[in-house]
Amino acid sequence: MNVLTEAATEKALVKKMNEINYKMVGQDVSVYYGDKRALFDVNLGVRDNTVTALIGPSGCGKSTFLRCLNRMNDTIQSAKVTGRITLDGQDIHDPSIDVVELRARVGMVFQKPNPFPKSIYENVAYGPRIHGLARSKPDMDQIVESSLQKAGLWNEVKDRLNEAGTGLSGGQQQRLCIARAVAVSPEVILMDEPCSALDPIATARVEELIHELRANYSIVIVTHSMQQAARVSQRTAMFHLGHLVEEDDTDKMFTNPNDQRTQDYIMGRFG
Amino acid sequence: MSVGSIVLVLLVLAVIGYFLGRGRSLSAAKRDHVKLHSLPGYYGQTVALFVAVPAFLLLIVWLFIQPVLIESRVNEMLPDSVIPEGGARSLVMADVRQIAGGLDAVLNRTGLTEEALDDGRLDVSNVRARLAEVGVALGSDVPTEVYEAAKTYRRSADTGDLLMAIAVIGTALGLGVWALMRISPKMRARNVSENFVLALLIGSSTIAILTTAGIVASLVFETVNFFKMYPASEFFFSTVWNPQFRGGSELGIWPLLWGTLYISLVALLVAVPIGLMIAIYLADYASQSLRSLAKPAIEILAGIPTIVYGLFALITVGPFLRDWIAQPLGLGNSSSSVLTAGLVMGVMIIPFVSSLSDDIINAVPQAMRDGSYAMGATQSETIKRVILPAALPGIVGAILLAASRAIGETMIVVLGAGAAARLDLNPFEAMTTVTVKIVSQLTGDTEFASPETLVAFALGLTLFVITLGLNVLALYVVRRYREQYE
Amino acid sequence: MTDMAVETTGKATMAGDARTRKRHAAERRFRLMGQLAVAIGVLALLGLLASILSNGLSSFRQTYITLEIYLDPGVLDKQGTRDPADIAKITTFGYAPLIKGSLVKVMQDRGVGGEADADMAVALISKEAPAILRNYVLADPSQIGETVEFNLLASGRIDGYYKGRVSMASAELDRNTSPEQLRFADELKEAGILVTRFNWDFFTAPDASDTRPEAAGLGVAILGSAYMMLIVLVLSLPIGVAASIYLEEFAPRNRFTDLIEVNIANLAAVPSIVFGILGLAVFINIVGLPQSAPVVGGLVLTLMTLPTIIIATRAALKAVPPSIRDAALGVGASRMQSVFHHVLPLAMPGILTGTIIGLAQALGETAPLLLIGMVAFVRDYPAAPPEGFFDPASALPVQVYNWTQRGDPAFVERASGAIIVLLVFLLVMNLVAVILRRRFERRW
Repeated sequence: MNVLTEAATEKALVKKMNEINYKMVGQDVSVYYGDKRALFDVNLGVRDNTVTALIGPSGCGKSTFLRCLNRMNDTIQSAKVTGRITLDGQDIHDPSIDVVELRARVGMVFQKPNPFPKSIYENVAYGPRIHGLARSKPDMDQIVESSLQKAGLWNEVKDRLNEAGTGLSGGQQQRLCIARAVAVSPEVILMDEPCSALDPIATARVEELIHELRANYSIVIVTHSMQQAARVSQRTAMFHLGHLVEEDDTDKMFTNPNDQRTQDYIMGRFG
Repeated sequence: MSVGSIVLVLLVLAVIGYFLGRGRSLSAAKRDHVKLHSLPGYYGQTVALFVAVPAFLLLIVWLFIQPVLIESRVNEMLPDSVIPEGGARSLVMADVRQIAGGLDAVLNRTGLTEEALDDGRLDVSNVRARLAEVGVALGSDVPTEVYEAAKTYRRSADTGDLLMAIAVIGTALGLGVWALMRISPKMRARNVSENFVLALLIGSSTIAILTTAGIVASLVFETVNFFKMYPASEFFFSTVWNPQFRGGSELGIWPLLWGTLYISLVALLVAVPIGLMIAIYLADYASQSLRSLAKPAIEILAGIPTIVYGLFALITVGPFLRDWIAQPLGLGNSSSSVLTAGLVMGVMIIPFVSSLSDDIINAVPQAMRDGSYAMGATQSETIKRVILPAALPGIVGAILLAASRAIGETMIVVLGAGAAARLDLNPFEAMTTVTVKIVSQLTGDTEFASPETLVAFALGLTLFVITLGLNVLALYVVRRYREQYE
Repeated sequence: MTDMAVETTGKATMAGDARTRKRHAAERRFRLMGQLAVAIGVLALLGLLASILSNGLSSFRQTYITLEIYLDPGVLDKQGTRDPADIAKITTFGYAPLIKGSLVKVMQDRGVGGEADADMAVALISKEAPAILRNYVLADPSQIGETVEFNLLASGRIDGYYKGRVSMASAELDRNTSPEQLRFADELKEAGILVTRFNWDFFTAPDASDTRPEAAGLGVAILGSAYMMLIVLVLSLPIGVAASIYLEEFAPRNRFTDLIEVNIANLAAVPSIVFGILGLAVFINIVGLPQSAPVVGGLVLTLMTLPTIIIATRAALKAVPPSIRDAALGVGASRMQSVFHHVLPLAMPGILTGTIIGLAQALGETAPLLLIGMVAFVRDYPAAPPEGFFDPASALPVQVYNWTQRGDPAFVERASGAIIVLLVFLLVMNLVAVILRRRFERRW
């Protein structure tokens, strides 16, 4: 490939990227845990109002990448992140960015439901409270109600808001965690295998919810289940051994992937 | 202004600062706290921290330094002539402090004003009588220099206290106003106050280092003073301990070390087999119900203060050993003895050995037991040939820790071992230990700057070094052992 | 081990042969040794408690002589002005005749003894009695001229007689009492003048001199211990928790943190007496804090308690699952917020349990307090805090030590009684800790 065409392709790529509304973009993102390198120069964008699924076999780096997006890797002492990640064009590693505000804009739902051992109300109200989002008590009630509604939990819990969040069923707990994430009005929601600890019915409920949330948020979901990726996402990114193998429309990925490894993984040849 | 009231003022100022900071941030944001970078409370918290913490630290530092400065200044005022023959400067300084304190009492009691000190109503001629009226008894008449020194001491202390109050409260107000001025809606108050809190957390965790440094410094400093008065070679190699209050003491550490080691040996001979067997039995043999009764009972032994064991040795074990064993066998007739202290101390460290061994035995992987049982070994064979050898390094570590505990134990030996420094093998004889002598040399009315008192610091340093060595070795052994099974 | 394997494979039947029987016998012996060890441990505990209880329980009862005493104005306030300053001039010697007079009158009324027995009767009453009478009058001069009923302490020997410590045989050899006196006491007892009742004074009265064991109480010691525990609690809980939070939640792994860790581990094992030396050298000699003061004891005990609290707090913090921290960080809480809003409250039961256990240890600690002058004989109650922190005081375990150093055997009873009080405090504290743990412990 000569230099000219390479530059031209580059230009075309940049043009294409400008056309699409990217909420977050990772460029050459690498992660090291001590001496071990867990992620190799990943370039991946998260589009507005889109569900992006990250798939791949265990230990492929998909969760690691997800945790880069709201800098949760900061909490692991040996972890080092290089490359550039932007949120609305702003570098999230910029010293002027407060990681706390970043996490308010990029919410997260974890693999295992982890409600605080407090009441349902307090679980949802915690985020708005520390960010000072409510001006008054009715304001706060309003935020809690609408968040629980968005998470599809309101009707089930509206009469027992003062009961402990840990007393809910697994699926309800996970939706409570989603309501908690939604309550601080994030722009992006990261979900790290949100259904892996849930039964099929609860899973279906959460997937439905993801579908509804898409209208207002950009969602990135890590999942082990190919079916789930196919059901909930519009874009899919395949990771393998710390590399981004390919990223494309979900329909295309599951019918006609470019890369043999994606093909093999989807067919269940390894996992 | 007393220290208590300064602290109280600081607290009040901090509370006021909190509300001012909170209010100022809200008014800067026109009552709409959503516009603020941080919650209003954080602005208040920032101000409160700036008001209270630096001022409080200043107060503590001042309290440490002021007495040192005043003492050195007053010390210069005292010519050598006022130091009595064979006496010590420190004793005269104690007089100075006592007179200064007494003068305060006189002024308080009689309603005299400060001027009385200068216009002759209270001077060197009548001060002894005046002090006696308020209960401050002086051994002899007061030399003019000492009286003047006492007056200076008193004035310096008063001025120092006043300056301290001004400096501390000034710091609080100054920093408080500065912190208030900085408040604006954009200010990252949460980050500021969190960094401040983090600094406090770090500061708290350095107290452990400061404590160790304080221990080492005070031990080493006075030990060096001791070796200036008494030859180190005598201390470390002499086999005679015979302190005299008129000088000419013989202060050899060997009789004390011998007593310490002998008693600790007896204690370990009691505690190690019993403690180890208890751990094994409760872990591998005992029924659930027995374990739930016996384990807490053994642990209660660990929670009983050592003074209780000491009293037990003094009033029960000692007389019992003397009346039933030592006297009938003609081995001695002292109720305090190596055996008394050793037995009781052994009981005290049984739970120490048993709970440490319990942890260590449980750390041996189940797979090892299974392997042994599968070959048809009985339970005791498994324990003796598989578990104990595997757990041996850990158990050695536990024994070392127990030994360090025994060597440093004080109250049991103070009440049970006796006070006679003696190199002897008969366990029914009273002997004494390093810790007993530290207590006896540092309590009672002895002159501080004499070798007989300062020897306690050298003993303390010896004790510290020995126990530290044992602890470090034990922790190292135990850690290595744990890593092996992780 | 190989021969064992050969042994088993070589057997065709499951029946035991001689060698197996030997092995089983060894097994039984080993088991017996284990049972023996447990029995020794439990017996030692029971023996210890039995010894303390049997020696000390009697200190909660005390023999008193009940007298109605006429507070004669002619003796106590000759001027009749009721001026406290004048009344204070009458020393305890002035009060002794009042007691004697009253005693003789009661004896005549009840028909016990004769005129000749009066001196012996007075000797039954503690030498502390006139002082108690005098304090009563000084506290309320208006009582002069009234007849007031007093419960006066019987002397230590008489008290000991009714507690089995003094017998007729031992009284024969004792120059402080005599068999006649004891027999006379018995007569008084029958007449109802001499009674044995619960001894409240033991908890409230200050220490007393060598010759008056019957008047010695724990008031100053309990107060001193309480002051010290207050200081320890107020200082060591916040500092310990702050240090633990830093080490567990924020500290990076580096040399500095390692240094702190090593220091904490070692301080936990440094002999307590060394802390006493530290207190003497730094707090008293350098800072110039007063000897025997609760503030110095409190500071020394704080330094000793810190490692205990730090170790317990760190374990409690560690037990809070990381998912809670993640959840808080995930909604945009800062690390400080996640710790103070979520982790710390969840760890609180564990922290409090550790703190109470640390305080219990500190309460029983004796050796370091000996070095900072708490052995001094203190009869005056310390003032209320904060000034009282700087007044001389005693402490419960030190009071025990003090009493063991006295000659009169009655002090052994007092020392054991003080131990019982101390153990009851410790028991209550540990029970609270256990209840806290049971009630609030959360399993994740």
